[in-house]
Amino acid sequence: MTARIGVVTFPGTLDDRDTQRAVRLAGAEAVPLWHRDKDLKQVDAVVLPGGFSYGDYLRAGAISRFSPLMETVIDQAKAGLPVLGICNGFQVLTESHLLPGAMLRNNHLHFICRDQKLRVESDRTAWTADYTAGQEISIPLKNIDGRYVADERTLDMLEAEGRVAFRYLARGEAADGYGNPNGSLRDIAGITNEAGNVVGLMPHPEHAVEPGIGTGRTDGLGFFTSILKKLVNV
Amino acid sequence: MARVVVDVMLKPEILDPQGQAVQRALPRLGFEGISDVRQGKRFELEVDGPLDEAALARIHEMAETFLANTVIEDFVVKVEEAEAVKVES
Repeated sequence: MTARIGVVTFPGTLDDRDTQRAVRLAGAEAVPLWHRDKDLKQVDAVVLPGGFSYGDYLRAGAISRFSPLMETVIDQAKAGLPVLGICNGFQVLTESHLLPGAMLRNNHLHFICRDQKLRVESDRTAWTADYTAGQEISIPLKNIDGRYVADERTLDMLEAEGRVAFRYLARGEAADGYGNPNGSLRDIAGITNEAGNVVGLMPHPEHAVEPGIGTGRTDGLGFFTSILKKLVNV
Repeated sequence: MARVVVDVMLKPEILDPQGQAVQRALPRLGFEGISDVRQGKRFELEVDGPLDEAALARIHEMAETFLANTVIEDFVVKVEEAEAVKVES
């Protein structure tokens, strides 16, 4: 029996199908979850995919965070359930306070869509064990509210505890996918909670899982193989 | 029926590129002398029943948990007088 990974659909979610596909490509079973249900259908892990849930009204992720399903996800995440938030999913995680900080409008005010170079800073999370710390990957980035902010104390804590999971590769040509794309503080692209089960990032690993499609690279597949190995070994 | 207004603003230390874009457009439009613009949100709540202490406490809780994200934003709750004089623009 393989692992069951839930993929949540909110009204306005866009990337749930791609995420389900990525889960299946990694060898796990993808279980669609609906925002109005409270039941997690006994999944072993949950992915909150990208999109514009509730049209980003109020703040990105602010309304989704109070959905019946998220109430269950928040409880379970605190008890150790692995949760990955991608893009809008990351925004939902910060709004839920499962991850510290907040996401704001890109500093240049433009929607950005490009292949983005990142460095995986931590291979000690449930979702990054198949990478090595320091590894550079390229996966798509597409958002307008991608600027990660937190107060200095929180940023220092994240750095000290090794909880900056991904950083934008700041040096190099923007045309080649380098550079901080949105003004995120300390070039942070993604972070993890203390236990390493909850991870959020703005770029999209689920769009880089098949050769010949999108980036043509499979740099994002490791997220899904990482969690699968962890769950199967348990 | 009472009206309560909740104003939400980004904290002073948070960069507001939308406010900056507005500020930069002003001289071009002939509006001189504005050195800074910060953009925020205003919520107008029509409250059923008496606006007592308990009702105001609930609105405060609503603002703190939902209308504002206190990681990045400050908020102010104001009660609008029913007979307030409306200034015509």
